[in-house]
Amino acid sequence: MSLEILGITVLWTFLFGYIIVASIDFGAGFFNAYSLLTNRSHILTNIIQRYLSPVWEVTNVFLVFFFVGIVGFFPQTAYYYGTLLLVPVSISIILLAVRGSYYAFESYGSRGHKGYAFAYGLSGLLFPASLSVVLTISEGGFIDVVNGHPELDYWKLYTSPLSWSIVLLSVAAVLYISAVFLTWYAWKAKDLEASNLMRKYALIWSIPLIITAAGIIVELRDHNKIHYENIVKLWPVFSLSALLFLVTLYFIWKKRSYGISVVLLILQFAFAFFAYGFSHYPYLLYPHLTIHEGFTNQEMAIALVIVFVLGLCLLIPSLYLLFRLFLFNKEYVTGERKDHA
Amino acid sequence: MINESAVFWSRVLTELTLSFHIIYATIGVGIPLMIMIAQWVGYKNNDEHYILLARRWARGFVITVAVGVVTGTAIGLQLSLLWPNFMQLAGQVIALPLFMETFAFFFEAIFLGIYLYTWDRFDSQKKHMLLLIPVAIGASMSAVFITIVNAFMNAPQGFEILNGELVNIQPLVAMFNPAMPTKVAHVLVSAYMTSAFILASIAAFRLLKGSNHIYHKKALFLLMKLGLIFSIATAIIGDFSGKYLAEYQPEKLAAAEWHFETEEGASLVLLGFLNAEEEITYSIRIPYALSILAFGNPMAEVVGLEEFPEDEIPPLYIHYLFNIMVFIGMFMILVSIIYLAGIWRAWSFIKAKWFRWGIVAGGPLSIIAIEAGWWLAEVGRQPWILRGIMRTEEGATTSGQVDLMFILFCLLYLVLGIGSIVVLRRMFRSNTIEQEIADRESVKAGEGQ
Repeated sequence: MSLEILGITVLWTFLFGYIIVASIDFGAGFFNAYSLLTNRSHILTNIIQRYLSPVWEVTNVFLVFFFVGIVGFFPQTAYYYGTLLLVPVSISIILLAVRGSYYAFESYGSRGHKGYAFAYGLSGLLFPASLSVVLTISEGGFIDVVNGHPELDYWKLYTSPLSWSIVLLSVAAVLYISAVFLTWYAWKAKDLEASNLMRKYALIWSIPLIITAAGIIVELRDHNKIHYENIVKLWPVFSLSALLFLVTLYFIWKKRSYGISVVLLILQFAFAFFAYGFSHYPYLLYPHLTIHEGFTNQEMAIALVIVFVLGLCLLIPSLYLLFRLFLFNKEYVTGERKDHA
Repeated sequence: MINESAVFWSRVLTELTLSFHIIYATIGVGIPLMIMIAQWVGYKNNDEHYILLARRWARGFVITVAVGVVTGTAIGLQLSLLWPNFMQLAGQVIALPLFMETFAFFFEAIFLGIYLYTWDRFDSQKKHMLLLIPVAIGASMSAVFITIVNAFMNAPQGFEILNGELVNIQPLVAMFNPAMPTKVAHVLVSAYMTSAFILASIAAFRLLKGSNHIYHKKALFLLMKLGLIFSIATAIIGDFSGKYLAEYQPEKLAAAEWHFETEEGASLVLLGFLNAEEEITYSIRIPYALSILAFGNPMAEVVGLEEFPEDEIPPLYIHYLFNIMVFIGMFMILVSIIYLAGIWRAWSFIKAKWFRWGIVAGGPLSIIAIEAGWWLAEVGRQPWILRGIMRTEEGATTSGQVDLMFILFCLLYLVLGIGSIVVLRRMFRSNTIEQEIADRESVKAGEGQ
């Protein structure tokens, strides 16, 4: 495997990690706010707070890791995406800032403040939507080169059905992933009421998820032919992902095997996400930048890979410790421990 | 193709974000060490007060970490958004420390989460205390790595340019550039110093406001000791930084000192103003001091601004920033020495209101010194983004919407700044130390029955 492929695979894996943990987090914030609005907060708030508290900061690092890593491995992306994305990514930063800070303000400063909870819930939903613009742009067709500099055609971007489908997909995916996870988490905490509520949300949000996912593939046929053909070539993987989706839904419908459902859910998204990434090969930004053109020099690539391996040696045991102490600790999950600072 | 207005607004926005971020980042680097020391003292002496200190600091720290993390994410992305050409080049040469920083940050985030939620989980306090070591190391290491990136911008090396292409890239040589040792050391100790004085100013404030609790007195004594050590270290490393500048970046030193003509036995200009004719008025001159600062030798020759082309000289107002930074540093050393001598010799005035107000002022003053020092360092390398290689305007974006983004980020930082102050005040107002000690005792009494 060449270093380019290794680099993008590592980054893609971290992005996938971010998407899963962040979706749980974003969706949880939204469900929390929604339950406040419908006076059901007593059911959900405890479960959500208990899960989010020790991990909110770690979630953010996955994102930082991705964007620092991509500039390191593919410095040309800093030029293209940096020039193009000033407005959309600035908006994402602001939403992220509202989320990150308000969660800390809420849970350590003034518990139960409604305004904070709504700001938190809403920004969590808008953030993936604003960031998904990057995926749309990477399909090409929204960029004009003016005086040798790339410029984004906002009108074209915001009137394109493709960009709106990707936005809808990101929102539906966030809510679905989060609902499935929290169904299991609440069930594990022996909180059946919360578990049943989340189960309902999971079933509801599965519908827009599958519609938008299918719709995007159809839209790509007109928008980016090469990409569409690559996706079609990978049909067995996408079908496997769809099958996993159906099995997950079946289990949730039948109220059984929630733990396995979460595993299947992650596998479903992993197959779809990696197949999507693979079908994008070799472009980082169609048709301006491929991963071969954008790759950094050999010396830096080797140095980054070495640091990455050393970093993982620190990271994996630390993450394991974090999970063991909180996520997989029976007493913590069921709320028998009150270890709050 | 350079978009002048985009260059201007990119600089303003970067300055705004960094100026806001470094307040929280400095606290983020220094406070974990203070928490660790307090917890350690508490554990060693079996003194509940120090454990409580660690616990209360940690609680407030979470709020500042949250703002530090989000503004840090902002500047991380803004580097690519506002300076795409620079990042494209930097990505090829200096991505290594940037990448290492995320690992340090990861490490800190994980253990901070564990530390905050395991106060009563372990049988021995020692285990809980050990969790602070990775937090403090992670915090300091991220400062180390990110400062290395900044040092590279001041002293770029580790690559060659052949017909506009970068060749012969050596990531480690780029990291260990000549600016790195003094920069990293100065950033670290000044962050420890600032954090100690900020916490000391809170303790002094509580004492002033009528709480006469022994807890605050213990805190103040501990922090002033730490503050003195770190402020002296900051001054010594500051002197090394002066020597570095004289050797490698003489135009920055000359601009900061208003040293126009190259001469031997150069004198140091303190205070003063520059009038419209570029003449220095109302200043104090210390003979030979600049030569001593620059080379440790009163007769050494110091390069003056006249030696540089007009368009490679940094703005001369950095002299004021230099003065602010140095005077605050000296003031803090003085206050802490007097305080500690006062404790030792039982001078009563260190308990007087006016002296305590002096300590209270120390926290905000230290932050002003940090800001002034960073502005000095950053404005002092203008007009370069990469000294001698890429001018600032060549690195900037060409996008036309930077001014609008500036307004958005102003609003964001306003909200974050006010929000964090309100939340922190409320947190400690509603739960004073007297209250918390009483609560803990009633819980213990309940368990004993």
